Amino acid sequence: MATLIISRLTIREAQRRRILWVALIMGFAFLTVFAVGFHYIQREIEQYGGVGDEQIIYGFLLTSGLYATYLLVIIVAVLVSVTTVSGEIESHVIDAVVTKPIRRWEVVLGKWLAYAALVLVYLFLLAAGLMLYVYWRSGFVFNNILAGLSMMGLAGLLVLSLSIAGGTRLSTLANGIMAFMLFGIAFLGGLVEQIGGFIRNEAAVNIGIITSLIMPADALWKKALSFFQGDEFITPMMAGPFASTTEPSNLMIIYAGLYLIALILFTLWSFTKRDL
Amino acid sequence: MSVPVIDAQHLRKVFGSKIAVDDLTLDVQPGEVFGFLGPNGAGKTTSIKMLLSLTSPTSGSASLLGQPLGDRGVRAKVGYLPEHFRFHEWLQAQEFLDLHGRLYGMDAPSRREAIPRLLKLVGLEDRATTKLGAFSKGMLQRIGLAQSLLNDPWLVFLDEPTSGLDPIGRRLVRDIINDLRERGTSVFLNSHLLSEVEKTCDRVSFIRSGRILQVSTLTSFEQEAFQVSIRVGQPTPELLAQLAVIGEDVHLERGGGRIRLKLRDEGRLPELAQAITTSGHALYELTPNRLSLEERFLQVVGEESNE
Repeated sequence: MATLIISRLTIREAQRRRILWVALIMGFAFLTVFAVGFHYIQREIEQYGGVGDEQIIYGFLLTSGLYATYLLVIIVAVLVSVTTVSGEIESHVIDAVVTKPIRRWEVVLGKWLAYAALVLVYLFLLAAGLMLYVYWRSGFVFNNILAGLSMMGLAGLLVLSLSIAGGTRLSTLANGIMAFMLFGIAFLGGLVEQIGGFIRNEAAVNIGIITSLIMPADALWKKALSFFQGDEFITPMMAGPFASTTEPSNLMIIYAGLYLIALILFTLWSFTKRDL
Repeated sequence: MSVPVIDAQHLRKVFGSKIAVDDLTLDVQPGEVFGFLGPNGAGKTTSIKMLLSLTSPTSGSASLLGQPLGDRGVRAKVGYLPEHFRFHEWLQAQEFLDLHGRLYGMDAPSRREAIPRLLKLVGLEDRATTKLGAFSKGMLQRIGLAQSLLNDPWLVFLDEPTSGLDPIGRRLVRDIINDLRERGTSVFLNSHLLSEVEKTCDRVSFIRSGRILQVSTLTSFEQEAFQVSIRVGQPTPELLAQLAVIGEDVHLERGGGRIRLKLRDEGRLPELAQAITTSGHALYELTPNRLSLEERFLQVVGEESNE
């Protein structure tokens, strides 16, 4: 019950502080830029033709759009949640809340649920906007859309949970740095792994695997790509963040799921135990 | 004797190498207004936080309303106004009270009844739809006080409730505390404003360096020895000898006229006046001087620091 009160409060806060409006307006601007870019590229292709397989170009454009979406959702997840626990501890807003006849973990769980819902809805709106536009203009669709989006959603939830977990122990700024740096390390590890995959260097691949274990977000993005693209788009030309030369195994999904659950449990425990 | 609403036994809190509270042992009785006094950094807020389970004690034990610390059923009957509190500033005053009412587990009808009543009590009835962000410090303190009374608590912790208030606001808080006392609510008041404490509390405790130095009732102060200053026309040694029978430490101030002495008992004041007038001396002034709480505070807390 207290969990729902806090969830409602958290969503109302996002609304009152104009976070929702700004995010929606900027999301619309993002989709507009994509649509305009897509329009001109498509006109070029149709005018001159013979570029080869235009499906590859559409796939590449949609992948770029989704990658930008993925980064934006990660950034939004950290920004909206980074102050939520640490900020309220620092300002002592939390004191009058947790002295009520409720359990402390209900407060954090309530916040987590609200932010998780916001992050997932935002991801869905942006991704659906991109995919629908591309489909409307070109008839191009990705494979396994739901599975792929689930991987992106899981990555968003991981980073969100990390920033809420950090907020129970770290100051706001330290927490933000930690969340972004862990994400950055995973990103770099993913690149090293890909290059290692090309040149068949086992050590480089292992670095990628280890960073994926520390922070599975990048591996989940690669997994999403392999769901979307099937085997169709894997060419050396499209290496980098837009391709998954080394497809993470299904075990990685299970690992990421367990990682998420462990992170949430740690957060509930950590907040319950700490001195305020 | 009934079960104390607060019963703390040797509560201790250590942060790393710093002892915030060394040994907190005290009891607060039902219906009592208990003042908690001490200099900055004495461990007052940490003590309150331990009693409210915001911070866990390093050792020692305590009970609130007869239950061990942290009991959720007890928290439904406890109100708390934090020090330097800030609340969700984007909420309107009535939304804020509604939120905290929900957190107390109050149903919709009791929230609808309590919110306007409390807004009126703290003089904010015409600010119900103003956002807290637009409130002055004093108004925030009032709405915080309203928040701490939502659940008709049996015990209220007020941590510096009057620090941001003007004299009118302080008067309001004093009236609310007196009203709570009449209804049998216990109040644990942490305040720097000693004159406020003097006017509202039944008992006070002095804390320094995380230790309780003294717990006294304010009426016991009245029973203690006090100074009397007397001004008579042409004091004689015979008069002084006569006064020494009634009081102690009788001495004539240099420059004549004024005599100072100590009395053990307020009941002897009329006797003193009578002795002077029957001795044939003209009595111009007779003033009993009690130690104010502030002087007493400085005495108790100062003694310790000189050791």
